[in-house]
Amino acid sequence: MLGFDALDLARFQFAFTVSFHIIFPAFSIGLASFLMATEALWLKTGNEIYHNIYRFWVRIFAVVFGLGVVSGVVMAYEFGTNWSGFAERAGDITGVLLTYEVLTAFFLEAGFLGIMLFGEKKVGRRLHFIATCMVAVGTLISATWILMSNSFMQTPSGYEVVGGRFEPANWLHIMFNPSFPYRLVHMVLAAFISVGFAVAGGGAYHLLRNREDPAARRMFSMAMWIIVVALPIQIIAGDAHGLNTLEHQPAKVAAMEGHWENGPSEEGMPLVLFGLPDKENERNRFEVAIPHASSVILTHTWDGQIQGLSDWPQEEWPDVALVFWSFRIMVGLGFLMLAIGLVSLFLRWKKTLYNQAWFHRIALIASPAGFIALLAGWVTTEGGRQPWVVYGLMRTDDAVSPLHASSVSASLIGFIVVYAIIFGIGTYYFLKLIKHEPTENMPAGGAGEDRQPKRPFSAADDSLEEQHKGA
Amino acid sequence: MGNDILPVVWFALIGLAIMMYIILDGFSLGIGILFPFVKEGKYRDIMMNTAAPVWDGNQTWMILGGAGLYGAFPLAYATILPAMYLPLILMLLALIFRGIAFEFRFKSNRSRKWFDFAFSGGAIVATFAQGVVLGGIIGGFQVENRQYAGNTFDWFSIFGLFTGIALLVGYALLGAAWLVVKTEGNLQKRFYRIVRPLTLLLILAMLIISIWTPLSNDRIADRWFNFPNIIGLSIVPILVVVLTLSIIRSIAKRHEKLIFIQVVGLFLLGLIGLVISFFPVLIPPDITIWDASSHRSSQIFLLVGYSILLPIVLAYTAYSYWIFRGKVREGEGYH
Ligand code: HDD
Ligand code: HEM
Ligand code: HEM
Repeated sequence: MLGFDALDLARFQFAFTVSFHIIFPAFSIGLASFLMATEALWLKTGNEIYHNIYRFWVRIFAVVFGLGVVSGVVMAYEFGTNWSGFAERAGDITGVLLTYEVLTAFFLEAGFLGIMLFGEKKVGRRLHFIATCMVAVGTLISATWILMSNSFMQTPSGYEVVGGRFEPANWLHIMFNPSFPYRLVHMVLAAFISVGFAVAGGGAYHLLRNREDPAARRMFSMAMWIIVVALPIQIIAGDAHGLNTLEHQPAKVAAMEGHWENGPSEEGMPLVLFGLPDKENERNRFEVAIPHASSVILTHTWDGQIQGLSDWPQEEWPDVALVFWSFRIMVGLGFLMLAIGLVSLFLRWKKTLYNQAWFHRIALIASPAGFIALLAGWVTTEGGRQPWVVYGLMRTDDAVSPLHASSVSASLIGFIVVYAIIFGIGTYYFLKLIKHEPTENMPAGGAGEDRQPKRPFSAADDSLEEQHKGA
Repeated sequence: MGNDILPVVWFALIGLAIMMYIILDGFSLGIGILFPFVKEGKYRDIMMNTAAPVWDGNQTWMILGGAGLYGAFPLAYATILPAMYLPLILMLLALIFRGIAFEFRFKSNRSRKWFDFAFSGGAIVATFAQGVVLGGIIGGFQVENRQYAGNTFDWFSIFGLFTGIALLVGYALLGAAWLVVKTEGNLQKRFYRIVRPLTLLLILAMLIISIWTPLSNDRIADRWFNFPNIIGLSIVPILVVVLTLSIIRSIAKRHEKLIFIQVVGLFLLGLIGLVISFFPVLIPPDITIWDASSHRSSQIFLLVGYSILLPIVLAYTAYSYWIFRGKVREGEGYH
C-alpha cells in the first residue's frame, strides 16, 4: 500500500490499535479508583452528593470500560498475527506475563463489573462497595502485568538468550526489571491525571450552566485536588524515570534531548527547548537552548556528560524528531497542567473556585490534556526504543510476521474503519451522558429493575434517544 | 524431550480453556445466529437478555486460550496466527461489532435495526471465521525455521468452508438449547422445534468431517482404523449416537436443562475426537507439543498461577450465572 512494506504497515497498525486501546484502560484505571473513593465517601458520610457523583460517572465508566474490552481483545492477538518473530522468540516470557494478566485481572474485572454496574439494588451496600474496589484493583493489576511485559522489552533482565530465543532465568528479575517500577508509577499517575482532567471538564461543563449545582461543585473540587496532588509527584517521577532511562537506554535520551554529539568535556550539556531535528546533518535547526541545563537535570552536576547520538551507528537511532517532539509535548503539557492546578489552589484560597467562568472554560478546554500527554509519553517511550523491539537484543525488523503487505493493508484498513465507527458511537454516548444533570435524582441501577441495563455500555441510559427527542 | 509430562498438562489446560470458550461463547454467538429466524423485536430483546449479563466473561475464555498458547506453546501461537491471518482479523472485527451491539442495542430506538444487524452479522461472521480457522489448522500448514512459511491464502480450502458452516450449525444448536432453558411459552416452543433438526445437521457434519479427515490424512486413518485401536476408539462414535438419541428423547420429555447438557456432551465428544486424531501433534502435519513448548521454567511458573487462580475464576463464573439464573421474561429482562 503506497509503497509501504509489511513492516511499516505492521508498525503503523500496532501504533494505531494500541494508541486507541490505551486511552480506554487509562480512563478505566483512573475512573475506577475515583469511583471507589466517591463510594467510600458516600458510605462514610452518608452525603447523597457523593452518591450522585458516583451514579453520574459509573455510567460513563461502563461505556469506557466496554471500549477498552473490545479493543483489548485485538491487542492480545496482535502479537501473534503481526509480530510472530517476537512472539516465537520472547513468548516464553511475555506470553507468560500476559496469561497472568488474564487470570488475575481480566477475570476479576469481568466478575465484579456486573455487580458494580447493576447490583446496587441486588446486593448490600458493603458488597457493592467491595465489587467497586475489586474492579479498581483489577485495573491496577492489569496495568502491572502489561507494564512488566513492556518494561521487559525496554530494559530486559533475568533472561538468557539460547538459540536466538529468550528463556527465563530468573522470574523476579524479569518481573521487576530496572524500568518497571518507574514505568508503573508514571503510568498510573498519568491515568489519574487524565481522569482528573476529564472529571474536571465534566464538572466545569455543569458549573458553566449552573454554578450552584452541588454535585458539579464537588466533583470539580475533587478533580482539582487530584490534579494538585498528582502533578508535582508526576514531574518528580518523570525526572527519576528519565535518569533511569539514561542509565539503560542512553540513545533514547539523546534523541529526547536532541543531542547529536558529545559536548566538549569541560562544558556540560545544554537543554534544547526548541529545535527542528535534522537527521541528515546531525544537528538541530533553529535551536534554542539553555547551557548546562541538561547536565543539571540528568546528572545533577554542572558539567556532567551525556552521550550524543553520534556514539551509535545511524541504523541504531530512533526517529529523532518523533521522540524529540513527543517528549516536549508531554513535558510541556505537564507543566501547563501543573499551572492549572496552582491556579485552582489560588482560587480555592480566595474562595472563588466555583465562580470564575473563565477558569471553568479553561478546565473544559483542558479536559483532554492528560490523555494527550499520556499518548505523547507512550510515543516517546516506544518510538525511542526503536529500532529495537527488545532493547539492544532483538530488532523490530526481526520481530515482524512473514506476511504479505497486502494482508496487512487489508487488516489495517479494517481496523481504521471499524475503530472510527465504534469511536464515533462511543463518543456520542459519552457526550450524551456528560450532559446529564449530575444532581438530578437518577434511578438506581439495579438488576431486575425495569429497563436497568447490566453490562458495559448498558449502564449508559436506555432512553437517551427518547429524551433527546423530547428535549 | 518426548517424555516430558508438562507439555501434556498444558495441552489439557489450553484444551479446557478452548472448551469453556466454545460452550460459553458458543451459545452467546448462537443467539446471534438464530436472530434471522426470530423477527419480533420483543423476542429479540428476551434472547439478548439471556446472555447480556455474562457474555463478557464468556469471551474472556478466548483471551485465556490465546494467551495460554502464547505462554506455553509460543511456536504454535506464532505460526497459527499468521497462517490464519485474514480469517482471524475478520473474526476480531466481527467480535467488536457483536460486543458493542450487545450493549448499545437497548439504548437505541431509531437505530435498533442497525444494532440487530451488527449483533447477528457479527456473530455469524465471527463463528464462520472460527470454523474456517479450525479447518485450516486441521488441514495443516508449512512451518520453516520456526516461522509460518506458507502464503496469504493457504488457509482457504473447501474443507475450511465446510467446517465454517458446521460451526455455524453447532453454535446455533448451543444457542437454541440455551434459549430453551432461559425462555418460556411460545418463544420456547420455537426453540424446542429447531433443536432436533439442528442436532441432526450437526451429527451429519461431524460424520462428514470424520470421513473427510482420515481420507485426506493417512496418519489419522491409521490411528482410528488400526486393529487394536479401533475397538477402544469406536466408543466415541457409539457415544455420539447414544447422545443424539437421548437428546431427541429429552426434547420429547421436555427436559429443558438436560438438553443443553447433552449438547455440551456432543461438543466434548467432537473435541475428544480431534484430540485422538492429532495428539501429540499441535500444528499439523508434524509439529508436536514438545517441539512447540516454551521453556520448562515458563510452564512451571504458569502452572503455579493456574492451579491457584483457575478454581477462583471458575467460582466467580458460577456465581454470576447463579445470580442471573431462571427464566427471562418479556419486558422484564435485566434491562
Ligand atoms: C496500563 C494499562 C494497560 C496497558 C498498557 C494495556 N492494557 Fe489492555 N486493558 C487494561 C489495561 C492495559 C485494563 C484497564 O485492565 C482493561 C481496560 C478495560 C478492561 O476490561 O481492562 C484492558 C483490557 C484489555 C483486554 C480485554 C479484557 C477483557 O475482555 O476483560 C485485553 C485482551 C487487553 N487489554 C490486552 C492488552 C494488550 C495485549 C496490551 C499491550 C499491547 C494492552 N492490553 C495494553
Ligand atoms: C499502551 C500504550 C502504548 C502506546 C501508545 C504504544 C505506542 C507504540 C508506537 C507508537 C509504536 C511504534 C513505534 C515506531 O514504529 O516507531 C509501538 C510499537 C510497539 N510497541 Fe508499543 N505502545 C504502547 C504500549 C505497548 C505495550 C504495553 C507493549 C507490550 C507489552 C508494546 C509493544 C510494542 C510492540 C511489540 C511494538 C511493535 C514493534 C515496534 O515497532 O517496536 N507497546 N508502540
Ligand atoms: C513534566 C514532567 C515529566 C517528565 C520529566 C516526564 C518524563 C518522562 C520520561 C523520561 C519518559 C520516557 C521513559 C522511557 O521511555 O524510558 C516518560 C514516559 C511517559 N510519560 Fe512522562 N514525564 C512528565 C510528565 C508526564 C505527564 C504529565 C504525563 C501524563 C499525564 C506523562 C505520561 C507519560 C507516559 C504514559 C509515558 C510512557 C510510559 C512510561 O514509560 O512510563 N508524563 N515520561
